[in-house]
Amino acid sequence: MASSIRARAVESGGVVSIKALVRHPMDSGFVKDSAGNIIPPHFIQKLTISHDGKNVFVADWGPAVSKDPFLECRFEGGKKGDKLTISWIDNKGESDSTTATIA
Amino acid sequence: MIDQTRRGLLKGVLGAGVAGIALGSGLVPLRALAAPDASKWPKKAFATPGVDETIAELYGMEAEESDKISMDLPTIAQNGAVVPVKVETSLPNVTGIALLVAKNPNALAATFEIPKGTLPFISNRLKMAETTDVVAVVISDGKAYKATQNVKVTVGGCGG
Repeated sequence: MASSIRARAVESGGVVSIKALVRHPMDSGFVKDSAGNIIPPHFIQKLTISHDGKNVFVADWGPAVSKDPFLECRFEGGKKGDKLTISWIDNKGESDSTTATIA
Repeated sequence: MIDQTRRGLLKGVLGAGVAGIALGSGLVPLRALAAPDASKWPKKAFATPGVDETIAELYGMEAEESDKISMDLPTIAQNGAVVPVKVETSLPNVTGIALLVAKNPNALAATFEIPKGTLPFISNRLKMAETTDVVAVVISDGKAYKATQNVKVTVGGCGG
């Protein structure tokens, strides 16, 4: 299966800007389906971005984050060609991870 | 001309995606190790209604109003399911940022750890059920600061 994460990282003036888009339903547990049954919560709880073995960004997400979450953040100390690892885990224990190269 | 730039952009995005997959599949053991640990996820803070209560639960202190936090979000959201929120601050030594939606069933939407070297900037998309205040909390020098902005929601984000 293709990765659920699409990420781009661009270095400019010593600052790396990361944009990541994750494909995930982010069901809140408050929505009912057409038959009136509550759709159980299913959302990403934690997303981490690491560079050179260190976390540069950690997000704790609740069900109020939109479906197919988009995230942007910036950090200093990355170089063009460096690898970033972006990973997430959801409340059902499912997880995914991908690597992005700083451009 | 417009078409060409569009092509270029698409190619760039697709190329980055393919490279990511290729690298990822070559690093199977690393992938398994890389799953984040959700055991420290602040479950209680995510199940607390009310802004002040949530800040107290999350950080154990009250947040002070600050004009050094800038929030960029629409004043009117056509669709409450996808409201882009940007937060940036000029406060020093930021270690954390949190986003709260006052009128959601549970106020806390997201919290972010900002390690040293990471800029105090985040952009994220949130759901909101109705017209509400959105509160950004910034932890700077160990103290909590907050800024508030109202969003008028014309269609709720919680469906059903």
